[in-house]
Formats: sequence, structure tokens, C-alpha cells
Amino acid sequence: MANKNKSIGAFFSGLVKQQIFIPLVALLLLALFNLIMDPSFFKITLGYNSVGDPVLNGYLITILDYGSELAILAIGMTLVTAASGGQDISVGATIAIAGSVILRLLCGGQTTTDTYQTPLIVAFLVAVIVSMIFGAFNGALVAYFRIQPMIATLILFTAGRSIAAWINNNQLPIVNVESFGYFGGYIPGVPIPTPFFIALICVVIIALVLKFTNLRLYTQAVGINESSSRLNGLNPEFIKFISFVILGVCVAVVGLIKVSRLSTINYSVVAKDIEMDAILAVALGGNALSGGKFNIWASILGAYVIQFLTTTLYKFKVQSDALPAYKAVVVIILVVLSAPIVREKLASLGKKMKTKEVA
Amino acid sequence: MASEKNTAAKKSSWFKNVSDTNLLLTITIVVFFAMYLTAMIFLGSGFLKPQTFFNILNAQAALIITACGMSLVMITGGIDISVGGVVALVSMSCAVYLDFGGGDPYTAILLALAIGLAFGLVQGFLVAYLDIQPFIVSLAGMFFARGMTTIVHTNPFNVENEAFTKLKMTRVIVPGMGSVNKIGKYVDAYVEIGVVVALLIVLLLFCILRWTKLGRAFYAVGGNQQSALMLGINVKRTKFLAHLICSLLAGIGGYVYFLHVGSGSASHASGMEMNAIASSIIGGTMLTGGVGNIIGTFFGVLSLSTIQNIVSSAGLDQAWWTGITVAAMLCIFLIVQSVIMARKKRA
Repeated sequence: MANKNKSIGAFFSGLVKQQIFIPLVALLLLALFNLIMDPSFFKITLGYNSVGDPVLNGYLITILDYGSELAILAIGMTLVTAASGGQDISVGATIAIAGSVILRLLCGGQTTTDTYQTPLIVAFLVAVIVSMIFGAFNGALVAYFRIQPMIATLILFTAGRSIAAWINNNQLPIVNVESFGYFGGYIPGVPIPTPFFIALICVVIIALVLKFTNLRLYTQAVGINESSSRLNGLNPEFIKFISFVILGVCVAVVGLIKVSRLSTINYSVVAKDIEMDAILAVALGGNALSGGKFNIWASILGAYVIQFLTTTLYKFKVQSDALPAYKAVVVIILVVLSAPIVREKLASLGKKMKTKEVA
Repeated sequence: MASEKNTAAKKSSWFKNVSDTNLLLTITIVVFFAMYLTAMIFLGSGFLKPQTFFNILNAQAALIITACGMSLVMITGGIDISVGGVVALVSMSCAVYLDFGGGDPYTAILLALAIGLAFGLVQGFLVAYLDIQPFIVSLAGMFFARGMTTIVHTNPFNVENEAFTKLKMTRVIVPGMGSVNKIGKYVDAYVEIGVVVALLIVLLLFCILRWTKLGRAFYAVGGNQQSALMLGINVKRTKFLAHLICSLLAGIGGYVYFLHVGSGSASHASGMEMNAIASSIIGGTMLTGGVGNIIGTFFGVLSLSTIQNIVSSAGLDQAWWTGITVAAMLCIFLIVQSVIMARKKRA
């Protein structure tokens, strides 16, 4: 009897130790909740959009659509978290900057345009470079000036949306080109939202990078112990710096999706509070927010779970401004459960119960 | 040889001592006076009237109070970015209480204190006793407070409670500082009640930090937790108290803010946490903990709002200029701090 108990316990503790366990459980709980409350949540229908192309509709598709933005951000945020032990809270503001740059180039300085004034790929690449520069600014403050990541990124968090508005002279340029909408909508003939494919490309790229370079090893080494990684011949400053630059690239991609959705931009609203979701995705993925080991797949799954939560809350008619209150509760529960002190207490409690059983 | 070494040691120790609180404080005060004098000379008229200065105080009383709390937390090595959210939540709750609940403005003070206390207890417990990063805790606190503000009431509205309006319009005359207005009538200079409260809090905190055991404990914990522990200081309790006081001050600041604007809105005090942090940093409080001064924070707030006033009277009236100037100032002071720290380590 005791033996059987033990094996089951071992199986469970093995599963619990897997990092991906946390987002999976959260996903299952949310799915179960929705299944009980209203099974129609899972309905997917094939419809036609205004142009007449086939598109899939349903809450799950929405999650796939908007969760992909978060997943792309979560990739960069995980690396930053692992390397620097802090988070970048300026991603929302930098998305506004990237989007603003894209629109400015596509419109060539005019308020509205029917053709691309600059080739799309050029506009996108410039936006990538600009976001990389802003990422580098954050990275330099963190790595070389040794300012805590959240304070360093506070600067751009405060100024970013202002800079974005300044890039376009506070105007809201509109791009009336059909193909521009593909990135945040649907490519004709493909019923699955494009952001999902973009996220897929990003995931494949990061998977290849992690497989063929030492990025994972180095990042973790720096995150776990900076001085010993230096003694082992690494350059911790550069690795922290590069993680912020990579996040810059992710931000530019999300910026493209965001402006493509609207064909224009609203500086104070675009990607608002997305930094919270991105950090939440990393935390939900079971990654230590104080740096060190990381699991990018868990973060990506975490991003979709966050979007699942958001969509569920929307479905129950929670106002978009009130959403943060609910998410904040989730964050607090997560960080409390992952706090070392609480974990120790829980572990010792578990042991006590086990010894009692044996006795 | 020996004497040479001695003077060198003396010199470096002088540099060390000064570069702590005093150097940063001196920089801040000099920057403030330089800016205000520049404004007086180049922008003239408005800045010459004492009332302009008192208007800055009137508008920033809430920020002074919250920034004091922020400095306290930062001295212990933590941070609290939930203050802006708490201010918004307090002003919205008080507004709803006064207009729909039929309460009077004095019981509303208790409500404000209770909200601050609740945030302080939870955040302080999580940070001090569960050892969770203060930034994450207060980030969640900020989003919670902002979300709750919307849940309490969605649309912004003005309070039309008579007793409250009376309290709001109460002015404290500053003797001898009045000026003659355009039609030749002498107008007394005034400050609002909030300013008096803010100044009292600045004074009180200054005394606590300088002369009480608790105040010294804040510095000790921020400077080095390990040695503070060995000195027999209850580190956890000190941290807990710092966060508690900070949120409590945010509650008071929220009421003062509410008294100034007289309305409830979910977008109130947006970015206030950033301004509070920026003021503390400009005022010479170090993010690494252990260094800081409430008087510096007071001047930090003044510098920040003076530069905002200068920006707007120089004709750069778009809202986005304010964001950029605040961020630029924050950036410069952060880099100065980091350079000072690096030098001290070498010395």
C-alpha cells in the first residue's frame, strides 16, 4: 500500500518538477472552467470576412491570433529575464515607436496613402533597427551602468509613447493598402490568422538559435551567477546587452502586427499593458523572475494561456480597463507560490504528511 | 611617505563622505535654484510672482507626499510602483463615497487611510516576509489598483458635495508674499491645505529618518542587509514598515490629490509612480538603497515640476514633451548615480 502510494507520488512529483507543468495545469483549469460555464466557448465556425475570403471564427481563434503577439514578446522577455534577473517594462512603449516608424516610412510623411511610399520590407527593417537601438539603450543602462532593469526601462516606459507621437508629428497616418492588412489579419485563402504563422517563424528561428549556438548556456550561466560566469571566461555585460537587443527585434515584429491590424496607430492605447502580460507569460512559464534557468517553450505556452485568460474575462463582459485587476491577482498567486520560502514550507508540509502516513 | 598616504586617505574619505547623501543633495538643490533663476530671467513675468511657486506646491502636494514614501522604500532598497494606482483608487473611492454614499469629507479621510493601509499590509508582507521582488509585487499592486478604480466607477465625474467643496476651497494665506494684480488690487498669496499636510509630512519623516532608531534602521537595512542583521536589527520588520508607510502615505497623498482636483477618474495620477521615483532619484536617493534624504526628495519634486512649467511656458505645450523631459532628467541622474557608485567602488 505504502509502496503503491510512493510510486504515484514519485510520478506526480516528477511531473510537477517539469517546468511546463505549471502553464499546462493553468490551461487545463481555464479550459475546464469554460467547458462548465459555457461549452460554446470552444466552437469554431468557418465564415467569410468583408473581402470574401474564408476565415475561421471563434474564441479559440482569437486566442491563437492575439496570443501569438504575446508569444513573440515572451521569447525576448524570457531571455532578458534569464540574463539580467529583471524585466523590460518598456516593451509596450517600444512597440508604439516601432509601429510609428513603419507608418511614417510607408506613408512617406503624409497623413494617408494608397500605395507604399517605401517598400514594406525596408520599412520593417528600419523599424527592426530602431527597436534594436532602443533595446541597446536599455541594455547598455542595465549591463554597463548597472542600473536595475526595471528602473532602466522605466525611462523608455515614460518617454516611449511620447517619442512615438513625435516621430509622426502627433498625426495618425493611415495606410490604405490591402496587402498591409495581411500581417495582422488573414492572407487571402488562408483561414488561420497570420500572426500565428509569424509567431511560428519566430519560434523556429529561436529554436534554431538555441540549438546551434551557446546562447542558452551562456544566458543561464550569467543569470545564475554573474561573477562565476566571468571567471569562466564569459562576458556577462555583453550577454545581458544582447538579450535586450533580441527583445528589440521581437518588439519590432509585434509592432508590425499591431499597426497592420488597424492600418494606423493610437499612441496612447496601442499595446497598452502588454508588458504586464509578457512578464506574466514568463512567470506562468515557471521561469524564475530573478534570472537563471529558463524554458522558452513554457513561456510561449504561458503567453497563450494568458491570452486564454484575457479572452475568458472578455467573454464574461469584464471591461478592458478592469482586466488588470484580475490579472494582478493571478500574478500575486503565481509569485507567492513560486517564492522560495513558500515552496520550502509546502515541501516540509508535504514531508510531514508523508511521515504521518507511514507512522 | 606616511603623511602623504595619510592625506591621500583623508582626501578619499572626504570624497567618500561627501559623495554619499550630501553631494547628491547639493547637486539637486543647485539644479533647482539654477533652473528657477533661469526661468525668472528668461521667462520673466510668471516666475517672478511668488504665487507661481505656491501654485507649483499646490499642484504637487500629493506628489511630494507620495515621493516621500517612495524615498523611504528606496532607502531600504525596495521600490513601490503602485502609488499612482493607489492615489487613483483613493480619489475614485472617496468621490463615490461622497457623491453616492452621502458621506462627509472627514470620514473619507479614514477611507483613504484604510485603502493605503490595506495595500501596505499586503505588499509589505509579500516583500518582507515572503522575500518576493518588490517590483513584481508593486507592479501587480499597480494593476490591481488601476483595475479596481474602474470597477468602483467607470466614468470620470466631479464631486458636488457641499462640505467637501468648502474644504477644497479652504486656503491658507501666506503673509507678505502677495502681489498686485492687473487691475491694481493686492492679492494675497495662498496655499491649499494639502501643502500644509505635505510640509508636515516632509518634516516628520525628516526627523524620523535622522533622529530615531527606526530611521537609522531604514538606512542600515538598505546599506547592507547582512550587517544590519548582525547589528540586531529586525530586517524583515523594517522592510515591512517601509512598505507600509509608503502605501499609507500614498493613501494620504491620494486624499490630498482628490482635495486638489475634486473629481474621480480612472486616469487620475497616471504616471505618478514614475514622477515619484524620478523625484526621489533626482533628490539623491539611490536605487541601490542606503542613501537618501527627504529634503532632497522635496527639492526633487520641485525641480521636476519647475522643468515641466518651463517646458510648457516655453511654448512646447504638447503633452508629449513632458514625458520626454522627465525621462531625460531621470536618465541623466541615473547615469550620474551609477558613475558615482562605480567611482566609490574603485576608491
